[in-house]
Amino acid sequence: MSPKDSHPSDELRDGPGLNEDETCRRLERTWGTAPGLWGWLTTVDHKLIGRRYIVTGFVFFLLGGILALLMRLQLAQPEGTLVGPDRYNQIFSMHGTTMMFLFAVPIMEAMAVYLVPLMVGTRNIAFPRLNAFSYWVYLAGGIMLYVAFLLNTGPEAGWFSYVPLSGPEYSPGKRTDFWAQMITFTEVAALAVAVEVIVTVLKMRAPGMSLNRVPLFVWSMLVTSFMVVFAMPSIMLASSFLIMDRLIGTHFFNPAEGGDPLLWQHLFWFFGHPEVYIIFLPALGMVSSIVAAMARRPVFGHLPMVLALIATAFLGFGLWVHHMFATGLPRLGVSYFTAASMMIAIPSGIQIFCWIATLWDGQPQWRTPLLFVVGFVVIFVLGGLTGVMLASVPFDQQVHDTYFVVAHFHYVLIGGAVFPLFGAFYFWFPKITGRMLSERLGRWNFGLFFVGFNVAFFPMHLLGMVGMPRRVYTYPAELGWAGMNLTATIGALMIAAGVALFIVNVLVSLRGGRIAGPNPWGAGTLEWATSSPPPSYNFAHIPVVEGLEPLWDSRGRLPVVHGLRVEEREVLLTTVVDAHPDLREPSPRPTIWPLLSALAITVLFIGSIFTPSAVVWGSIPLAVGLIGWFWPKRSRTPTEPVVES
Amino acid sequence: MRGFGDSRRPQGAWPPHPGPLPGGEREGPLTLTLSPGGRGTWVAALPLPLLTACSGPQSMLDPAGTQAGHIGTMWWILFATCAAVYGIVMLWLLWALARRHRWVEPRGVLPVEEGRDRGLTFWLSVWVGGTVVILCGLVTASYAVDKSLTHLANREELAVEVEGMQWWWRIRYPDDDPSRSIATANEIHLPAGAPVRLKLKAQDVIHSLWIPNLHGKMDLIPGRENELFLVAEREGTYRGQCAEFCGLQHAHMALTVVVESPEDFNAWKEAQLAPAPEPASDEQKRGKAVFLSSACSMCHGIRGTTASASVAPDLTHLASRPTIAAGTLPYNRGNLAAWIADPQRIKPGNHMPLVGVPPPDLQALVAYLDSLK
Repeated sequence: MSPKDSHPSDELRDGPGLNEDETCRRLERTWGTAPGLWGWLTTVDHKLIGRRYIVTGFVFFLLGGILALLMRLQLAQPEGTLVGPDRYNQIFSMHGTTMMFLFAVPIMEAMAVYLVPLMVGTRNIAFPRLNAFSYWVYLAGGIMLYVAFLLNTGPEAGWFSYVPLSGPEYSPGKRTDFWAQMITFTEVAALAVAVEVIVTVLKMRAPGMSLNRVPLFVWSMLVTSFMVVFAMPSIMLASSFLIMDRLIGTHFFNPAEGGDPLLWQHLFWFFGHPEVYIIFLPALGMVSSIVAAMARRPVFGHLPMVLALIATAFLGFGLWVHHMFATGLPRLGVSYFTAASMMIAIPSGIQIFCWIATLWDGQPQWRTPLLFVVGFVVIFVLGGLTGVMLASVPFDQQVHDTYFVVAHFHYVLIGGAVFPLFGAFYFWFPKITGRMLSERLGRWNFGLFFVGFNVAFFPMHLLGMVGMPRRVYTYPAELGWAGMNLTATIGALMIAAGVALFIVNVLVSLRGGRIAGPNPWGAGTLEWATSSPPPSYNFAHIPVVEGLEPLWDSRGRLPVVHGLRVEEREVLLTTVVDAHPDLREPSPRPTIWPLLSALAITVLFIGSIFTPSAVVWGSIPLAVGLIGWFWPKRSRTPTEPVVES
Repeated sequence: MRGFGDSRRPQGAWPPHPGPLPGGEREGPLTLTLSPGGRGTWVAALPLPLLTACSGPQSMLDPAGTQAGHIGTMWWILFATCAAVYGIVMLWLLWALARRHRWVEPRGVLPVEEGRDRGLTFWLSVWVGGTVVILCGLVTASYAVDKSLTHLANREELAVEVEGMQWWWRIRYPDDDPSRSIATANEIHLPAGAPVRLKLKAQDVIHSLWIPNLHGKMDLIPGRENELFLVAEREGTYRGQCAEFCGLQHAHMALTVVVESPEDFNAWKEAQLAPAPEPASDEQKRGKAVFLSSACSMCHGIRGTTASASVAPDLTHLASRPTIAAGTLPYNRGNLAAWIADPQRIKPGNHMPLVGVPPPDLQALVAYLDSLK
């Protein structure tokens, strides 16, 4: 399969002509990140960026969790006085915003940034500079929101910011403007990663990894990325309308001038419901990876699993009105959304079946990642079933906007996304750091989290049915909600203890954890074919894939292709469906321009909160940044087709 | 509970034990019996503390109206179905994990046996088929219940206008004869058994009216008019609350719903139609003067006086209402005085400013307001 040798001999390729040590040494010199601060700021290595993306996302998870604890402490008893209504409203708005926009979506994409290039067997992600840019923009948006919050300018109208409450008349000041611009930051970042993942998966897979051999995690990230591309424009539009209503006096949502508050809800939920699946589908991919490795067999029903992912993605765009059952839309219209919402249980049910079938037919190993997967099934199935209940318009009319819904979506999002994510942390931590996390601490981590979660959130189902609405900063003692609220608070503290144990585990294991080796779980996908942590160039030679679980199929001797330059950054492009070798493509070197462009766009976005003219003058530094970024470079490595043998 | 302690009805607003659950046992124009018997059995299986927690003045599990009863039926159908499905999944998961798990390090890979995978494929088809059948059943049940909610909607006997304000409820009973329409706040009186149409609107932000014992919620949206059709059956006092986040005092935006016999309802209505009584004592007279000369009358109206503002709740029959400040405090003279003295301490951020009435005037003002039965 090696390309025909039609190049000057000074252009070294990997292959029989170079010995192994020499290949690795030269690849490291070509792909390595310079040491020191400059290297840190300019790197375009997907592993370094993915790692800092994951850490940043986790920090936001902790911040959102602290906010959740504050809310639980306030609600632990009736007429609580820990915080007043204004602070409480900012706290719950920040909690939702943080968890959805700064934790859940970014950390799922971060896992993809780290893992997808490894799992498809390539040297770097597609558009690595865009990847660096995406991280800096996301970081800037998150910092901006928290600085605003600490200056008492945090969002106050909820993570959903319904108009007119978030409009110019009822949310004066800059609080909602910071929220709306944070949306812009995170959506730009998310769209960038989505594009990178789509291109990486479709064009950079190792030879032989035809679409039917793509691992389920990669499939889930591909489907998720397409959902991001279709869902995010809706929220960009909505938040832009909101900013314009607030800053330059348009009337998109003002009923007095012909606008409509319900337009916001349609646009927001047309994004907001797919958003749930954007968080949840990557987690399903993680579960599939863990289940296959722990059950010691490939996941049963690869094709139904892929079809279920795609079906979920399509259905996910047809459900948004179930967030609006109480808005008085025509009954016939909402009935359609009842059926569509219930239908989503079919693909979800298929996936649950396939995982349990895999465990049933395999030899499950009781390791911590599997514990989190079992926790996921136990919690998520319950959350899914309450979701089926909520699809019923009459029942939803009772429990909509109550603690029943709070319980439901925490079962779905914590059970469906955070449990798999923690399982994934335990599963891939050895790959990322080279050391295993402690199993003993892992079991305690899981136990506290699992029990704490159910203690915290199960009573909320009943609380909602006996009348407790969401988003109240306090409640009267006479309604009998105190006991269940106190229970929920105790559960929240247990979750906090579980998460604290995880952090202890990470800190302890980073120094003293058992050395992992390339493949500690004996798993079958390509990321386990390289050392832990992987070298800057990922693989010394690009692997060739002959089945669904290449490492299991090849029984230890993974075939490879040769012929990529070692003195230049070069990746192999393959065809979309069959992954035949197609082209060799240069891959960008480290550069500071993505960081400078991100800073410029930050100035523009934040400036536009205060004056519309910032859009004009702010575009000048941004233009400079982008010109520097895209300044034409004479490539020393022209792309040329790989000649197949 | 606050404001509900003195139920004026000996039969009790919410019985200590849950009444008969929605559906079968109750007489009346129930069109739907989707769950043939049996419901009582699972109820009996529930632990008693859980059951007593379910009843209450603001609970969907303690229905007191036709619509809430139908929705309650829907809930038990959903609960039974989903509990069964959950049980099956959990049992299978347990079996799958227990069958041949290992506590050891991973070693080797199990070969996939085609025959066994074919068997699993068969069961996957059964699984999907079962899911589809169950979902079709639930969708059908949901449609049927939804349709039953508007049964009798064309036999409306009473219309009530509910307007959501930050953070209180303006209630009007319109009448073709304008002199016979009633304005009140934070309380709805309904005759038991009468089909009622609640017309819902809002001026400022979106609110949502939720009286769980009678019906599900419906939003009040600026620029739109929604409605909720309901039939209250069981006499008693219930509590409703705003369910759509509406700003600082969303937590303190409740209302009282009194379901009473048609005779009691008519008596209440006649009493509400009367203008405010003239002050009887000197103190009350002075209080009225304070009211009319201070900032109070800039926002509040009292029919029969020159105070006719309508920005804030109408106070014509304030003393007949069970609560102050939209369910925040039970009505009594002490609470009223505390509220007027500093509304921002009790309900921070609400739109009633600190008027600054000097203590002797405050006594007189409270005496006057307390006479507005």
